[in-house]
Amino acid sequence: MSDHTPATRSPAFWINAALLALLALVPPILFITGQPFWLDVFTRLVILAIAATALNLILGFGGLVSFGHAAYLGLGAYAVGIPTYHALYGGMDAIASFNGFLHLGLAIAISALFALLTGAISLRTRGVNFIMITMAFGQMVFYAIVALENYGGDDGLTIDVRSEFPLISLDNPLTLYAVGYLSLLLVLFIVYKITRSRFGLTLQGARSNEERMRSLGVDCYRYQLVAFVISGALCGYAGFLLGNFTTFISPEMMDWTRSGELMFMVILGGAAFLLGPVIGAAAFILLEQLLREVTIHWHLPFGILLILSVLFFKGGLAGIVDRQRLKGNRQ
Amino acid sequence: MNTASQQPILKTTDLCKRFGGVFATDNVNLDVLDGEVHALIGPNGAGKTTLISQLSGLLKPDSGRIEFKTRNMTGKPAHKFARAGLARSFQITSLFADMTLLQNVALAVQAHAGHSFNFWRNATLDKKLLDPALSYLETTGLANSAGKQVSEVSHGERRQLEVAMALATEPSLLLLDEPMAGMGSEESNLMINILQKLSGSKTILLIEHDMDAVFTLADRISVLVYGRIIATGKGDEIKANPDVRAAYLGEEANA
Ligand SMILES: Nc1ncnc2c1ncn2[C@@H]1O[C@H](COP(=O)(O)OP(=O)(O)OP(=O)(O)O)[C@@H](O)[C@H]1O
Ligand SMILES: [Mg+2]
Repeated sequence: MSDHTPATRSPAFWINAALLALLALVPPILFITGQPFWLDVFTRLVILAIAATALNLILGFGGLVSFGHAAYLGLGAYAVGIPTYHALYGGMDAIASFNGFLHLGLAIAISALFALLTGAISLRTRGVNFIMITMAFGQMVFYAIVALENYGGDDGLTIDVRSEFPLISLDNPLTLYAVGYLSLLLVLFIVYKITRSRFGLTLQGARSNEERMRSLGVDCYRYQLVAFVISGALCGYAGFLLGNFTTFISPEMMDWTRSGELMFMVILGGAAFLLGPVIGAAAFILLEQLLREVTIHWHLPFGILLILSVLFFKGGLAGIVDRQRLKGNRQ
Repeated sequence: MNTASQQPILKTTDLCKRFGGVFATDNVNLDVLDGEVHALIGPNGAGKTTLISQLSGLLKPDSGRIEFKTRNMTGKPAHKFARAGLARSFQITSLFADMTLLQNVALAVQAHAGHSFNFWRNATLDKKLLDPALSYLETTGLANSAGKQVSEVSHGERRQLEVAMALATEPSLLLLDEPMAGMGSEESNLMINILQKLSGSKTILLIEHDMDAVFTLADRISVLVYGRIIATGKGDEIKANPDVRAAYLGEEANA
């Protein structure tokens, strides 16, 4: 929570700026120089980075370990798939449409509503109980979608037409990447503003010492619930992008293992650092790609690496930079 | 000292709290008068902290009644107690360990200022929070450490910060749970000075083991033994009370 005046920008600031600049330049260059595969990897990266940044609001800044955030990715993606399905094959006239604004609005509204209902219950608990109950709600969505035979059940659903917007077409991979990247910047800015506002400070106070917050007169529950809803809505937005990116959605994308991956990104990168989840998502996806090329049994070494990094990089990858900064300040 | 206006600001009626077989609060009837410094003394394990925790809403009494400014507070959640004007400090220091002293107190000022549903304005530079926070740090002798992390300051300074945070909510009754716990004599004297200054303007319920501090600061004293209040009165009355001498002061004299 330190303040950076232009004269005293920290190394962390420059690393963050460099990271965002790389994300702006490298993927389009790779695409133009004939490596479209890498543009796909980076598109997935920025979308998952949005989801992880959303999760970080509640996990990193709120100290509440939600294990069900993949559900919001799924809800956001199905908010694209289901209206599109009906626009093609009839039925459900109220939502049958290719209109991107409708998809986006549905993704955010449904995610926020789901977060409000499940958060209101989950936030009555703490610790392991909170982890378990958020996971249970996530699995509930998973099984609900599996049961919806109309939309492919556990076989999933192909999105034949992407969300339509005036002026731009998400069918163009470069456009889709640009939308994803700019969305990431927007979500980072929103989370940045929130974390330094009175609301954000209250949230962090409750993470640090909830009993003290209560005896200062703060009803922590209300703030945590609102943070949970914001986090869910932003994650639903990432789901909207993910649906448009993969053009195929299935319950598998909201399985609890997916929620675990999002958590790993946040913790690996550094919870409670603004760009920690972005670094975590980048490390996660690049590692996954590299190991996949080396061995088909990439899941095992990948899992081991994740566990080691969580154990030994306290504060995650972003935390390493930040500790250097603190050392520098003390000298 | 100050002339108490003889109105009870806090009143408990037959308050009881058990932990298994331990009667930690045993039919406690306690009045704290508006304007007074009321000391609560008693041996280790007498139930002083348990009582304060009920008076700040963090523990629910099993039975009995708590009235604050004639409002019934029994069973209300902790944040309602604080908003009604009761603030406590903790015997075991309870701070925001990952923040600076100034941020700790600013958060307390913010908590008092009303709801915090402002999502956009930068509160870390908000003068409406930082200026009062600094003044509470000054009052408690911490102005020079404002920018330090909690982890960088001494135990004594953390105890001072405990008091600063309770003060920052502008309470009408300050509940202080052993503000001098674990302090050396120099630090204790500093704290006694701070409390003496506060006693002119604040109503205080003070738990303290240091008898010099108690007799210096308190207008009235209540003695708690095994969860029961065995005597309430002015310093001289308490010193002369045979029950108190047997149960408590006698122990001290032997030690
Ligand atoms: N949460 C709890 N669960 C069970 N027993 C408790 C709990 N809190 C306190 N007690 C017991 O209640 C009694 C009163 O404890 P309390 O902490 O209120 O005493 P105290 O007067 O503050 O003592 P000290 O001077 O050591 O701070 C003790 O016997 C203690 O062991
Ligand atoms: Mg105690």
